Amino acid sequence: MSRQSSVGSEDVIRINVLIDCDYKTAHCRLIDDWRTMSTLNIIPTAVEPSENYLNIEHTVKSWLLTKDHKRIAVLYLISITFFFIIGGTMATLIRLELLTPQGDLMTPETYNKVFTMHGVFMIFFFLIPSIPATLGNFLVPLMIGARDLAFPRINLLSWYLYIIGGSLALGAAIWGGLDTGWTFYTPFSSAYSQTNVVVALLGIFVAGFSSILTGLNFLVTIHKMRAPGLTWFKLPLFIWSHYATSVIMLLGTPVVAITLSLVILERTLNLGIFNPEAGGDPVLFQHLFWFYSHPAVYIMILPGMGVVSEIIACFSRKAIFGYSMVAAASLAIAFLGFLVWGHHMFITSQSVFAGLIFSFLSFLVAIPSAVKVFNWTATLWKGSVSLETPMLYAFGFIGLFTIGGLTGLFLASMATDIHLTDTYFIVAHFHYVMVGGMVLAYLAGVHFWWPKITGRMYPEWLGKFAAFAVFIGFNLTFFPQFLLGYLGMPRRYHAYPVEFQVLNVLSTAGASVLAIGFALPLFYLLWSLKYGKIAGPNPYGATGLEWQTSSPPTIFNFDTPPDTSDQPYPYHKREVPLEH
Amino acid sequence: MSTNTISAGEGHLANDPHAGPGHHAPVANDGHAHDHPYGLQHQFDDVEQQREAVTIGMWAFLATELMFFGGAIAGYVLYRNTYFHAFNKASGYENLWVGCANTCVLLVSSLTMALAVYAAHKGNKWGIIKYLIFTMILGATFLGVKAYEYHHLYEEHLIPGKNFDKGHAVLHADGTPKLDAAGRPEVHHLFTPGERKPGMIFFSFYFALTGVHALHMVVGLGLLTWIGIRTLRNEFTAGYNNPVEITGLYWHFVDIAWIFLYPLLYLIDRSGSVGH
Amino acid sequence: MNQGFTIFLDQASEIAPKIDLLYYFLTGITAFFTILIFGVLFVAAYRFRRRDNKIPAATNTSALLELIWSVIPLGICFVIFFWSAYLYIDIYKAPKDPLDIHVVGKQWMWKLQHPQGNREINELHVPTGRVVQLTISSQDVIHSFFVPAFRIKQDAVPGRYTRTSFTPTKPGVYHLFCNEYCGTWHSSMIGKVVVMEPDKYEAWLAGTMPGEAPAASGQKLFQSLGCITCHGVQGPSMAGLYMSRRKYQSNGLGAEHEVIADDDYLRESILRSTEKVIVGYRPIMPSFREQISEDQVQQLIAYIKSLQHPDQPIKPPGNVIEQSGR
Repeated sequence: MSRQSSVGSEDVIRINVLIDCDYKTAHCRLIDDWRTMSTLNIIPTAVEPSENYLNIEHTVKSWLLTKDHKRIAVLYLISITFFFIIGGTMATLIRLELLTPQGDLMTPETYNKVFTMHGVFMIFFFLIPSIPATLGNFLVPLMIGARDLAFPRINLLSWYLYIIGGSLALGAAIWGGLDTGWTFYTPFSSAYSQTNVVVALLGIFVAGFSSILTGLNFLVTIHKMRAPGLTWFKLPLFIWSHYATSVIMLLGTPVVAITLSLVILERTLNLGIFNPEAGGDPVLFQHLFWFYSHPAVYIMILPGMGVVSEIIACFSRKAIFGYSMVAAASLAIAFLGFLVWGHHMFITSQSVFAGLIFSFLSFLVAIPSAVKVFNWTATLWKGSVSLETPMLYAFGFIGLFTIGGLTGLFLASMATDIHLTDTYFIVAHFHYVMVGGMVLAYLAGVHFWWPKITGRMYPEWLGKFAAFAVFIGFNLTFFPQFLLGYLGMPRRYHAYPVEFQVLNVLSTAGASVLAIGFALPLFYLLWSLKYGKIAGPNPYGATGLEWQTSSPPTIFNFDTPPDTSDQPYPYHKREVPLEH
Repeated sequence: MSTNTISAGEGHLANDPHAGPGHHAPVANDGHAHDHPYGLQHQFDDVEQQREAVTIGMWAFLATELMFFGGAIAGYVLYRNTYFHAFNKASGYENLWVGCANTCVLLVSSLTMALAVYAAHKGNKWGIIKYLIFTMILGATFLGVKAYEYHHLYEEHLIPGKNFDKGHAVLHADGTPKLDAAGRPEVHHLFTPGERKPGMIFFSFYFALTGVHALHMVVGLGLLTWIGIRTLRNEFTAGYNNPVEITGLYWHFVDIAWIFLYPLLYLIDRSGSVGH
Repeated sequence: MNQGFTIFLDQASEIAPKIDLLYYFLTGITAFFTILIFGVLFVAAYRFRRRDNKIPAATNTSALLELIWSVIPLGICFVIFFWSAYLYIDIYKAPKDPLDIHVVGKQWMWKLQHPQGNREINELHVPTGRVVQLTISSQDVIHSFFVPAFRIKQDAVPGRYTRTSFTPTKPGVYHLFCNEYCGTWHSSMIGKVVVMEPDKYEAWLAGTMPGEAPAASGQKLFQSLGCITCHGVQGPSMAGLYMSRRKYQSNGLGAEHEVIADDDYLRESILRSTEKVIVGYRPIMPSFREQISEDQVQQLIAYIKSLQHPDQPIKPPGNVIEQSGR
């Protein structure tokens, strides 16, 4: 903008001008129509703000007692990485054991503890918090133009509950272990297992409350703290996904909380609620458990879908095709997800009639996910596509989630489910959606918003390399498992018939590549904190309110109120796209 | 673009809802001399937004409590259906009138809580204190009566576990134990062998449900104490009293949970029409 | 059994090729859509790769496209659902004149008993061409009886009976796995299913120790446990009871309800005698819960099944979809 002051002989005339340069051709023009430009077209200089949320205070106390949602997100980022490493170590041990048909690496008791811990840590302490607690915490206020979440102190409490729960579970793992499987089926878990069931269940119970409070915070924030002008249908799809996820977290988690509490009571006080010896019903446990745990899998995919929507739009320079359908699909998945839990129980003595209903509803819940996949793909068409690291991960997500989701149809179909349930087919199916889907989306999101969170860029070529390693390693690990499952190899088997060995060896080989792919980001992202290029506010040229503030943001997020007039995804209104 | 100064160097600029393109000039805000309405937290723009957000937050939390109790109640209802008669018999060992008295105590405590909230709306500090104290006395009474009931069940050997229904010795009029045909002391059990295990399931749910409810009441008493302390410290005014209101919401929920538990646990088959 | 590496599984039961057909159809659908999506991703990434700084045109939404790609997947899902439901009901329909095998799973072995009394541990011999019905229970935790070659799997749930049936078609030896995690030796709870031609099966039956037929053991228990005192000459007779429709009252009082006296009813009456007392009788039958094992319950039930009513021979239910459980 230009400003004029009255001119005197001694006065200095300062004129600020705005110029617009094309980086490639070095052709610049004077912008004299600045009054009608939106703030999107202003090119800020790529310097780090001198004061941002990271460096405003350095003490340990300022981190451990922070109420800033951005710092809490970073705390979560560090903690869930820690639990991911534990779960990943367990996975490594599993794959090593399964290289040979005999159980020769560890005793059966140890193996049973290893796969249980793998499931418990990965699901409750990595996947369920992953995107919501890190990216969600960081971005939800930014994306809606707010200063913080609705309840910052409850947000901090969420993190502490998570740490307490994780410590309890870790303690249970170290001192005695847990061997019930992450599904805790009774009466094995309530009356037969000799391991640290109660402490582990307490840990999961406490972590469940962390999850509930996060969902509560997001729900209220999205309802009440949107910037003026930001109506529901101007919200980014990331916000829609997190809203749907929050509903599931709020309504589903308490049911598993009370169920696990009943198992704790049964184990400690010898009650008879789920133990048939005492008149109880083991299948009742399964109904109560899966009533939460099925919606939980949608907690473990919806946020990833939100991330993918943002990335696909940014790297094709187009708004997501069918925005309102994608938003509606998120809500539909959340709702229908509560109605299908019985598809985990087709052969448990559930009646044929109930089975038919659950099967039918399970097919219905597949449709909104399919709609999303088609919409993302259509977004690319006639867009301007560039394959940066986040986009590579997003592509991986779409392809692998498609496979994972379609193999879910094999399991919604009762007749084939009889043969495939609890075999390696199921293992492959859920790893395709949870790892090929959610973990890839998590990595995509971490890379995409890493500049915003830290102010630094990571080395792009390493990012791409790691993405390929993850994709190739993942498929090599888990595709053979579909075949293994069809051939009849049951899951949770520590030794197996020799004809299954070839496929198991392939799977373990893939796992080693996958491990490299997962380990690399840990190193280069940490490296980038000190040596990475400074990112500037908007290195990818994305829309979205979070990119209208500095990288990293200041403590209260926006120094000037963000411009909400063109949302969502106003790529077509940009005159000059920005590149870094 | 408005004449909005882009003040990159200043500390923080509260996210003023009146700023931004198309709006009037912003309220002067230099970061220190805020015109901060009393009780407003920094993440909210105004007191009304804060009040609405906090209220929605409490309702959302109560929805989770509904699902929490709901899971256990669902399990209870299923077993009630399976073990119809054993549950009828077991429920008969609860004291109907003690439970009824407790229900009345809790209902009145909801009234006093509502009166406390009303006093808060009026800015009546001592009114709040008075009604909070009444509520807490009634709440503590409820817990005391519960303790008495638990003790009674303990004496009847109806605590689930190894000693469930281990029976009482049958005595002659002079207090000597009666012996059966084989010369062993006669023992009177409350349940027949076939009913024993379902009876234990009933009492497992009874203790789980009322125990969890009692825990919620203890938390509620803690919240009331905290609100009382804050009231004594003059933290609430007629304009800012939302914490009292949402504590009231919580207390009412705990009351409503009991309204469901009482009929489910105490009032089965009291008319005797189905029979034990 | 396959000893070498293969990606194809034996089809040893009547239902196996039908399940496989549905499985291959699903595989085809999966492959089609996977290739389609990956294909569009690659083509779009190449064809619309970023070449310049031009901004793409605004996204068009298309209600027609949304409709098409909602309705077509929905249609495919309906096809799969109905096809699968048809097969599923087929599996769980109560078979006519089956060969009844009783299965009890326990940590960590399978105990099986043939109707003639032959017992097996971790092995099951069956003839081709005849429908086999398994009545399965567990003595401790949940197990699952899985024979991949038959495409059959059914959980063994303690406290109740579950049932499944199949018709073996191809002689051979096939894997039997426990398919629900049950503790330390879960992966060792495996065995063999040996399918034989009918004549070879008869020979095997004759050759092995027949043991006592379950019904005969049941008859002995009927006497030794004292059942005969009340259910013999005096008191309610068991003749013709099995699968008949009866009226009962809980604890002998109150509203009357109807029940079909199936395996679960008999089991419940033995273990929790006063829950469903036949109308007209008092609830004085003691419970045998503390005194009797799962095997013995199955034997008593086998005996009671064998007691025919003088006028009406017991018929297994024809088209009733029979599966125990809630």
